[in-house]
Amino acid sequence: MYQEVILDHYKNPHGRGLRDGDAEVHHVNPTCGDEITLRVKYDGTKIEDVSYEGQGCSISQASASVLNELLVGKDVTEAQQIQETFLELMQSKGRIEPDEAMEDILEDAVAFAGVSKYPARVKCALLSWMAWKDATAQALGGADAERKTA
Amino acid sequence: MTQLPGLLDVEAIRKDFPVLDRQVHDGKKLVYLDNAATSQKPRQVLDALSEYYERYNANVHRGVHVLAEEATALYEGARDKVAAFINAPSRDEVIFTKNASESLNLVANMLGWADEPYRVDHETEIVITEMEHHSNIVPWQLLAQRTGAKLKWFGLTDDGRLDLSNIDEVITEKTKIVSFVLVSNILGTVNPVETIIRRAQEVGALVCIDASQAAPHMPMDVQALQADFVAFTGHKMCGPTGIGVLWGRQELLEDLPPFLGGGEMIETVSMHSSTYAPAPHKFEAGTPPIAQAVGLGAAIDYLQSIGMDKILAHEHALTEYAVRRLAEVPDLRIIGPTTAEDRGAAISFTLGDIHPHDVGQVLDEQGIAVRVGHHCARPVCLRYGIPATTRASFYLYSTPAEIDALVEGLEHVRNFFG
Repeated sequence: MYQEVILDHYKNPHGRGLRDGDAEVHHVNPTCGDEITLRVKYDGTKIEDVSYEGQGCSISQASASVLNELLVGKDVTEAQQIQETFLELMQSKGRIEPDEAMEDILEDAVAFAGVSKYPARVKCALLSWMAWKDATAQALGGADAERKTA
Repeated sequence: MTQLPGLLDVEAIRKDFPVLDRQVHDGKKLVYLDNAATSQKPRQVLDALSEYYERYNANVHRGVHVLAEEATALYEGARDKVAAFINAPSRDEVIFTKNASESLNLVANMLGWADEPYRVDHETEIVITEMEHHSNIVPWQLLAQRTGAKLKWFGLTDDGRLDLSNIDEVITEKTKIVSFVLVSNILGTVNPVETIIRRAQEVGALVCIDASQAAPHMPMDVQALQADFVAFTGHKMCGPTGIGVLWGRQELLEDLPPFLGGGEMIETVSMHSSTYAPAPHKFEAGTPPIAQAVGLGAAIDYLQSIGMDKILAHEHALTEYAVRRLAEVPDLRIIGPTTAEDRGAAISFTLGDIHPHDVGQVLDEQGIAVRVGHHCARPVCLRYGIPATTRASFYLYSTPAEIDALVEGLEHVRNFFG
């Protein structure tokens, strides 16, 4: 499960540190004690920045780094599709072998495919993504904002 | 193989535990070091469980047929075994519950509903410690919230022991109950029972001891302990899950009110009111975990056939060896006492900045089962400023070779994340 890509992101995280944002959320994963504070900054519907600070295992921290790399600069609609694809992969219990189309969408995040075989670790990988979804709903004032702790 | 004085004939013992032969992750030998979470079960216990269901299964205390009488005799026979195991003055002081958590919740609820002089209310205080398992924190928080009582606790020293320097301010005339752990599940610390009980007795407070990590590992004598309640669970001492014990002093069990109501705990019932059966049945509403009690009885027979003093000596030798070997691992910091003195065989540690979940995962890939996280004792992690720990814990079937495997595994973890 520890792909080289994951270890790289863990050791050299992208975009770590808290910067200016439109909304801030704090999510925890009570089983491991992983924690993340995440801020989103939007320019209209374009993601200008996702900044974060957290502590936890390599999977949770690398996942936040991948998220930053993948989502910053994208439009929220596309980002939501990426988030849903990542969620689908992580909930696949190892049954999805990512194809080229999925790799195009998820880029480095396909490295987490192996994590989906470990039920105890799926929440680590999803922590930052659920935090981002929550923060986005708050920032864009989605009436149907779903408060969810990964 | 490393030979240490005090070790049991582990080779023979391991033959009784079928699961220890398992291989995991494509042929890696299982190294099971998660005994503080739950122990493995010997064949003798597994046989007792299946024999019970195959030959005797019936509900207890309420039939006149052969099976009902035999099942009742087996269930009550298990109570006798528990009573002898902990040197209880009377078998009627042994209450079967589903686990130690339920036992502790039962005490908290007895006291919350009790009349004077036991009643916990807004003018009284409850005392626990910072090293408790959540199961000995949350029931008291609930009781405090519901009654307005004040919850106080003993803090910890830097080396993982209770800070009793302010004992006279923590336990006062207002204290109704002092509840603390005999052996910490996260730090491994063995606590100084006598000092605490002496002070509690001075002020007339009751004492409840969480012996979940003690009863499986050392001789237990509730009379020598001098506590009022002792709680422990079966599954950590070679028994099945779903069976726990609360021992309580007879006069208290007579005076204190029941918590769960239902079948079997009554004397008479009318639509207006009921009277209750004498203890222990007053506290055992509904069909109890019968097979599990029988299984616990078989576990006690098994442990006693080996000898609790010998198990204690075995684990002490392993713990001495383990703290010595773990000290050789660079960046490893033991959270809790760093020597085997007044210490049980659960050892928590951190390994540099590597998150315990990553440590546990890489160890698992090598077949080594440890526990990672806050071990249901989050306040301890907060106290020592760490998010979580890795914990290795030993039992009567653990070997020095398994400790060597752990140390080797940790080297691998360091190389992997280094």
